[in-house]
Amino acid sequence: MIRYTLKRLLSLVISLAVASVVIFTVIEVAPGDPASFMLGLNAQPETLAALRTELGLDASKLERYVTWITGMLSGDFGTSYTYRTPVADMVTQRMWVSVPLAVYALALSTVIAFPAGIYAAARRGRAGDVGVMSATQLGVAIPNFWFAMMLVLLFAIKLRWFSAGGFVGWDKGLFAGLHSLTLPAIALALPQAAILARVMRSALLDVLGEDFMRTARAKGLTARQALWRHGLRNAMIPVLTIIGLQFSFLLAGGIIIEQVFYLPGLGRLIFQSISARDLIVVESVTMLLVFAVIFVNFTVDMAYAAVDPRLRART
Amino acid sequence: MNRNLIIGSLLSALFLLAALVSFIWTPFDYTALSIPDRLQSPNGTHILGTDHFGRDILSLIMVGARTSIAVALVAVGIGMGIGIPLGLWAAARRGSLIDEVIMRGNDLVFAFPSLVIAILITAVFGAGAINAIIAIGIFNIPVFARITRGAALSLWEREFILAARVAGKSAARISVEHILPNVTNLLIVQGTIQFSLGILAEAGLSYVGLGAQPPIPSWGRMLADAQTMVSLAPHMALMPGFAIILTVLGLNLMGDGLRDYLDPRLRRTRS
Repeated sequence: MIRYTLKRLLSLVISLAVASVVIFTVIEVAPGDPASFMLGLNAQPETLAALRTELGLDASKLERYVTWITGMLSGDFGTSYTYRTPVADMVTQRMWVSVPLAVYALALSTVIAFPAGIYAAARRGRAGDVGVMSATQLGVAIPNFWFAMMLVLLFAIKLRWFSAGGFVGWDKGLFAGLHSLTLPAIALALPQAAILARVMRSALLDVLGEDFMRTARAKGLTARQALWRHGLRNAMIPVLTIIGLQFSFLLAGGIIIEQVFYLPGLGRLIFQSISARDLIVVESVTMLLVFAVIFVNFTVDMAYAAVDPRLRART
Repeated sequence: MNRNLIIGSLLSALFLLAALVSFIWTPFDYTALSIPDRLQSPNGTHILGTDHFGRDILSLIMVGARTSIAVALVAVGIGMGIGIPLGLWAAARRGSLIDEVIMRGNDLVFAFPSLVIAILITAVFGAGAINAIIAIGIFNIPVFARITRGAALSLWEREFILAARVAGKSAARISVEHILPNVTNLLIVQGTIQFSLGILAEAGLSYVGLGAQPPIPSWGRMLADAQTMVSLAPHMALMPGFAIILTVLGLNLMGDGLRDYLDPRLRRTRS
């Protein structure tokens, strides 16, 4: 286990290092230097020079990269040029929207997908199975931001059950907060639920063909009892991996959904910074999201290996 | 032939046809603004209605299909063009350092949140169809590399490959002459799936303003325009949405159908 952990840890560090170099380079090779990019075409030379000094652009590329990385490691994400506030503060504030949204969406996706996948597997080949599978085909084909607009149209504009956008803030209470995240979470969860239901079904079908399932039936369990006691538990491994991967996807995928609902999350922060040409924010928030995704994947791998010793041996 | 393949191919063909026909004919000029006709619901003249500038939505969807198909197709082309040779190379040198480097590189690209990177690329290099293609294409490379390598690995153990080696063919020649033709089926199936994902990705990028720029119509942009009008003119959001869903659904069904058709052995295990 130690060997495996070290190996995974090493690849985590390498991934992060490469990611940071890629992000830094992309920002570096942006047409014009960051200062002129930020100020636009009509910038005064003096303002430009002042900003260059302020951003530390006089230093060499390597020096700037090191400053950026050591800063990020110690929790200093730089200072936003437009807001004049530390990026770290902005990020912390926005995380209280993005992370709960991803968790909420993941919970919804699981709650929808599990029964659907189990039902389809149990009724394999029959009308119920075909129905669920057709629904999932549709689910993966629907762009989540379009689905979000339809939810707004129906539940916010026509029925007025939810507000069309914005976030009330957690200080209004847990219920009010969750209420304003409900439509975005549903929109985000739908395609994921479709994928998860398919994985659940095929994992269960694989397990149902195993010898121990026949043994379970032979010792007198009904098909239903065998499915619940032995089938589900063994089908969980691929399902859990997908759930883990989905969390990171939901975190990053929230970017577009936050745009639809005007939610003050990390995704919206990135877009606001892009239009304000606030590259420091873009750079740091992108790195943070990449870190979150890579780290979640790492955690899933580790949890997976802790549960299933076969995996440790394989790598 | 199976039902998935037929329905999927018909749907895909419909949109491909719409895109092709749009080069020579659309019901209305898609650039013609006509404010008196704006926000019309679907009717006899404008079958799918008009948008907030009075443009005919059917015409916009037809021309938009060009953008979606072109972006997704080129992105899949990039993925295949780079990914397949890498996968073949890794399989031919299986277990060597180059195999390890290629596969770890793949893992690395896989680990990246593609949407975030795509947004970063388009934000910095400017929004536009070309940058959207590159951003989507990069993330197709590891998909094809992995699939090619996986399928090629088992082929390398087969007798007919051994025969080719005994005949003195080089690894590169065997890869191209014997391995590649035998993994083509898999690659076609994966190609349709990546194609549909590309269409979704293009729509998403255009929706947030980072894909094709006006005046080039694109389904994602149409949805972005529709957002503020959704209560006044729901059809502005519905129609491009249906176009995306039907195209993606068609491609996915076609992919499933092709898989069953090309490899009947899979049919039993899947259903």
